[in-house]
Amino acid sequence: MLSAISAFGRFWYRFIVGDDWSIAAAVLLGLAVTYVLHRRASSAWWLMPAVVVVVLGVSLYRARLDQRRSTRS
Amino acid sequence: MSNAALAVAVTTFLASAVEAIEMVAIVAGVGVTRGWRASIAGAGGGLVVLAALVAVFGLALTAIPIGILRLVVGALLLIVGLNWLRKGIRRLAAQGMRGAGPGDPAQTDEDEVPRDRPDWTGFVLSFKGVLLEGLEVAFIVVTFGSTSNQLGVAVVAAAGALVLVAAVGLAIQPLVRRIPRSSLQLAVGLLLTSFGTFWAVEGIGVDWPGSDAAIVGLLALYVLVAAGYFAVERTGWRLSTVPRAVSD
Repeated sequence: MLSAISAFGRFWYRFIVGDDWSIAAAVLLGLAVTYVLHRRASSAWWLMPAVVVVVLGVSLYRARLDQRRSTRS
Repeated sequence: MSNAALAVAVTTFLASAVEAIEMVAIVAGVGVTRGWRASIAGAGGGLVVLAALVAVFGLALTAIPIGILRLVVGALLLIVGLNWLRKGIRRLAAQGMRGAGPGDPAQTDEDEVPRDRPDWTGFVLSFKGVLLEGLEVAFIVVTFGSTSNQLGVAVVAAAGALVLVAAVGLAIQPLVRRIPRSSLQLAVGLLLTSFGTFWAVEGIGVDWPGSDAAIVGLLALYVLVAAGYFAVERTGWRLSTVPRAVSD
């Protein structure tokens, strides 16, 4: 029973968060800031596309650094 | 058919066709990258829940908070889409059109589509896509149909749009199967990221410039960005393999 619950939790973590937790964190933060901007009656639609462009680049860079580290070791 | 009924039929058909294209794009994308069994099971599950919601709520369907649903589903699709996009770019940069293989830098355990047990990742992705898009079709039918007192016409027009788009999706599916998996992962990642961005932001209550057409703009932007990052990754891989090739 316990292992089934743990497997269920692992599936959802892997499914939602994936390989790079910073992607999920950046998306949630970006949406929160979009909400705040929208509540203040500012134009907010541009923020998430910008977050996507930046977070994808950062995540690819981090993956390349990890790859280099593991190749050296 | 009266002019009013014709107007409801055409409007409902076109609006439903747009939603159906989004639905079929997600189900087909998951089908070719993760496997058709999980994708069709997820789509079937989504349709069952949708049918139950329609049966329970009926004309009161518009009371369901679609904004919250769009925000949650959009955020999930965006995170999943970005992860797939990242893997697709790295795979294509490292191994070209051959895709995943030994030494693939982006290969992880979760990429393996299980053969001996259900693929829940494929199931959940299709399920969410069908449920959200199906609900939007149901809203269109209820809104157009009930306000003009032509509910029957609206139901038939929406069903016609769904059947037509699904048939076109099935017809082009053999062509899609020939595309290498790494390229498909990148393409589906682009689609999920575009839909996810659109729905999540719309779920907050923000209006997109150009309404639904903004999805095409987002897709174009992400294609350009992915092409740029792919070029950077490809250069990195070429540089990192030259000394190794020389020393070999």
